[in-house]
Amino acid sequence: MAIEVRIPTILRTYTGGEKAVSAEGASLSALIDSLEADHPGIKDRLVEDKDGSTELRRFVNIYINDEDVRFIGSLGAELADGDQVVILPAVAGGAR
Amino acid sequence: MLQIDQATYDALVAHAKRDHPVEACGMVVGPIGSDRAARHVEMVNAAGSPTFYEYDSTDLFQLYKEMDDRDEEPVVIYHSHSETEAYPSVTDIELASEPGAHYVLVSTREHGNNPGPVEFRSYRIIDGVVTEEEVTVVGTVPSEESS
Repeated sequence: MAIEVRIPTILRTYTGGEKAVSAEGASLSALIDSLEADHPGIKDRLVEDKDGSTELRRFVNIYINDEDVRFIGSLGAELADGDQVVILPAVAGGAR
Repeated sequence: MLQIDQATYDALVAHAKRDHPVEACGMVVGPIGSDRAARHVEMVNAAGSPTFYEYDSTDLFQLYKEMDDRDEEPVVIYHSHSETEAYPSVTDIELASEPGAHYVLVSTREHGNNPGPVEFRSYRIIDGVVTEEEVTVVGTVPSEESS
């Protein structure tokens, strides 16, 4: 099962400059493990440990077929062959 | 150095003044590799805050999809500070994720919504290192021809 994952500029250091890579998994968390296996270090940029459970980092957005995964189960979101996954860091900041 | 045309410069300043005291945010995008601030895109500050800004996640996705379709990339990523100087905060630096972009800060602390000068400064933010750069405002940004 191959799923195309679009990688943002800031994370291309992990993918040898590739803008898109192929990964596998029936859920987003499995997909991220698959990404980590091929591109060590990338997982830590996407998820963090929070009170013993793994969660998507606050300022990382991941989309499955144009939909923000936070609306469809976050790391538990299901994936099927041919789905397209896009990773985008939040554009955020401010004086605070 | 950031080169920006007068009309775009004025539009960024107008946006910052209009949204004051909320932080205004947006981008000026341009053809990939051109470093040309060609198309101004105002974004909504989903945080609606005077001390924080964030694009709505759906808006963010649409913007990147549109740039992808048009072979564009972020050239300027701007936001305003309404109470503090036009210098990147710790949060700005931590969250900066476009090493190729010019990060522009506009401070509206002096005149708020009213006419009057603003601080307009530009920076590179790469791996947590902030480097201020010169801002040159021109009549129009040259495209292919050199003069």
